[in-house]
Amino acid sequence: MSTQYLRPSSLRHRETHYCPGCGHGILHRIVSEVIDELDIRRTTAAVAPVGCAVVAYNYWNFDCSEAAHGRALAVATGIKRVSPDLCVFTYQGDGDLASIGLAETVHAANRGERLTCIFVNNACYGMTGGQMAPTSLIGQKTATTPCGRTPDTGEGWPLKISDLLAQLPGVCFVARCALSSPKEIQDTARQIKTAFQHQLDKRGFSLVEVLSPCPTIWQKNPVEAMAWIDTEMKKVFPPGILKTP
Amino acid sequence: MAKIKINTDQCKGCRLCIHFCPVHHLRISEEMNNKGVLYACTDPHTRCIGCGYCYLVCPESCIEVHLLEPSETKKTHT
Repeated sequence: MSTQYLRPSSLRHRETHYCPGCGHGILHRIVSEVIDELDIRRTTAAVAPVGCAVVAYNYWNFDCSEAAHGRALAVATGIKRVSPDLCVFTYQGDGDLASIGLAETVHAANRGERLTCIFVNNACYGMTGGQMAPTSLIGQKTATTPCGRTPDTGEGWPLKISDLLAQLPGVCFVARCALSSPKEIQDTARQIKTAFQHQLDKRGFSLVEVLSPCPTIWQKNPVEAMAWIDTEMKKVFPPGILKTP
Repeated sequence: MAKIKINTDQCKGCRLCIHFCPVHHLRISEEMNNKGVLYACTDPHTRCIGCGYCYLVCPESCIEVHLLEPSETKKTHT
């Protein structure tokens, strides 16, 4: 019997703490698969964020570190400069990367650090109970915007981090993809592999934004949450490659 | 032909695999697993085509898809 789809060896046989239908589990598997395909498990170091994926090191079977809230790219910069042969990537959510860690993100990208950043965008703060994130959509109801996000009352517009960073000369690859269907999931795996390849080829900073479902906070079932990415999130955050060398 | 192996104790019952299966080979069980969740299981009335959609969308990575050799297909489905 030949195996077609088997759990990647970079993913530990451990039950995750994520809610049913959460995108983190899918993305953890994709990252593990890419690392197995590139055969870089022994030379990879990940930096986990603060957020739901704070204990990602429990699930990945390669070296991981934890960073203070938003500072993952600063920690990754240190790791990369001390060990330039390592493949270093950060795995960050929108609250971590786009809000409290915006300075570290922009400056790491502007310095052209040879890092890969996987940016999980679920348009809310998942772990702390669903407050508004910089990436929340206009009209989206969250714990801190119970009537929906309205720019007129000082809540601002969704922050498009990928578009922002794509303008910087130190950034070599920026792509946005989603986890809303098997096709999109396979495309996400392809973009993450490309981003890692750019780092291994020493081309510069690479970022992959992944639109990920958060059924619990969005108050939808997992299937509806997938559909919401397609119908609502993609209008504001259209998938595609924003920058390539 | 293909065969699906589900780690039912790890399943959280999100039903994404059931939704995306193009041949309706997966369904929800009538019994609960160790967590008290109605888990995903295969329907013996339909055959798996080995597309791997269930594997791709499973957030717990608790589904494996095995391709069957022609001889094994005969053994399984007769």
